[in-house]
Amino acid sequence: MKKYIDSGKKDTRSGFGAGLAELGRTNPNVVALCADLIGSLKMNTFIDENPDRFFQIGIAEANMMGIAAGLTVGGKIPFTGTFANFSTGRVYDQIRQSIAYSGKNVKICASHAGLTLGEDGATHQILEDIGLMKMLPGMVVINPCDYNQTKAATIAIADYEGPVYLRFGRPGVPNFTPESQNFEIGKAVMLNEGTDVTIVATGHLVWEALKAAEALEDKGISAEVINIHTIKPLDDEAILNSVAKTGCIVTAEEHNYLGGLGESVSRVLVQNNPVPQEFIATNDTFGESGTPAQLMEKYGLNDKAIINAVEKVVKRK
Amino acid sequence: MANTQELNDLVIQVRRDILRMVHKVNSGHPGGSLGCTEFFVAMYNEIMDLKDGFEMDGKDEDVFFLSNGHISPVYYSVLARRGYFPVDELNTFRLINSRLQGHPTTHEKLPGVRIASGSLGQGMSVAIGAALAKKLNNDEHLIFSLHGDGELQEGQNWEAIMYASGKKVDNLIATVDLNGKQIDGATDDVLPMGDLKAKFEAFDWDVLEIKDGNNLEAVINGMNEAKSRTGKGKPVCVLLYTEMGNGIDFMMHTHAWHGKAPNDEQLEIALAQNPETLGDY
Repeated sequence: MKKYIDSGKKDTRSGFGAGLAELGRTNPNVVALCADLIGSLKMNTFIDENPDRFFQIGIAEANMMGIAAGLTVGGKIPFTGTFANFSTGRVYDQIRQSIAYSGKNVKICASHAGLTLGEDGATHQILEDIGLMKMLPGMVVINPCDYNQTKAATIAIADYEGPVYLRFGRPGVPNFTPESQNFEIGKAVMLNEGTDVTIVATGHLVWEALKAAEALEDKGISAEVINIHTIKPLDDEAILNSVAKTGCIVTAEEHNYLGGLGESVSRVLVQNNPVPQEFIATNDTFGESGTPAQLMEKYGLNDKAIINAVEKVVKRK
Repeated sequence: MANTQELNDLVIQVRRDILRMVHKVNSGHPGGSLGCTEFFVAMYNEIMDLKDGFEMDGKDEDVFFLSNGHISPVYYSVLARRGYFPVDELNTFRLINSRLQGHPTTHEKLPGVRIASGSLGQGMSVAIGAALAKKLNNDEHLIFSLHGDGELQEGQNWEAIMYASGKKVDNLIATVDLNGKQIDGATDDVLPMGDLKAKFEAFDWDVLEIKDGNNLEAVINGMNEAKSRTGKGKPVCVLLYTEMGNGIDFMMHTHAWHGKAPNDEQLEIALAQNPETLGDY
């Protein structure tokens, strides 16, 4: 099993902030918008260094999405920042008409996604956003796994022409991907080669998948671990190559099983190579208040849950 | 600058285009389109500083956004007759494989259109964004937008209205088509919006009224006055009083023609009231 070193826990939202700050220095067309959550989104450095290219919209997310669409007309590359819930469900029709259908080059940057938002509870813990965004024609959906990867993704999407949904989170999580990495949209990252089962994970679940693979090795199960940071467009080839070898798969995400990564993987499998699949995801439920670790445990989104799912899926082969 | 006779001829021809477009496909929105015909003709031939051809970025020219996208017939007719695309293409309105969708879109790459609209209440935010980009680009040209009055019932407008004045977006002229009607009836019956002039002023906009929004000269004078009020720290709102269905006697003074096409007989009567001037498509 390939070893990965946790260089220290860092929040993915700070990776976004660092990436945005770098874009502020390197790309004069990048502008940022925020709906009264500057601190939460870690946008301060960009704002301090580029006050003229920052727009504080206030608590008015619908207006923010429309303004972002309008800024693209003048050649700007707007990055909007607010919580994932207010970046998607609250403004779905604004994104649909003014951004996606209009083909506008807006980067929708969404923090505090999923259960790990923690104590604020279900009103703020969106578990449906990947589904909402991936259904929009032309929308790219990215959910990086750690600080370094979120920073790299933030920088990479500025060079991509078209609407992007970039999803990240609140808590500190192990930072283990390389500091200087080439983030390629739509290209899965092979983290560990294995022969008995494929585990594809996205976002915060990637580190859990690595922990699970290590424990499975001790049980004599060789797990292949793939980081799917881009849910749309999905790297079909990476998934199919892997299951051709392993014959079964577990998908893992901090999202409802309906509409998430798992369903996208199922479609690829069913059309090409149907193999047994198990889902690590929330089970069509809202979240609740609690610490991130408590919530991930209660809703079955950690290494233990992945291990159980692997043991189940290999028996179904 | 065109002379008044030419513009009046264009108004009548645009009315004919609107009627013929919606009649052919037995759908579309003639009422609001006819009410805004003088406004569109004035904007695209007299008021806005426009470059030849079409570039999405609208650099170094004035830029217009239509928020109430259902009045696409008047928009398409005026764009075509201004040279953005062939006038004959008006024949394809609402047909399959057309660039002239029921509601305007950038998706089919129709020159002249910079945003999709139809789901109401989104255009003012977009216009503000484009106005902010103009400022960043040190481009002193203006952003214009048009909104239905019923459309102001959508809450996003009031987020945008608050933002534009609060952040001094003073290179924006937002016009509201005040015809007092929406699909279900009079705006005062559906949801009374009270004194819109007072509301915009309370939000710290500079508001001017064009009382006779179907008089070409009044529209031109009013819009020129609006232009002169830009760059003074406040966004400018024009309340344009219009008559839905203007120019066709049986379509006026009712909301019935908001989203209904004339039949063969009605078309004949309507066209007879507006004899061909510049040539039908």
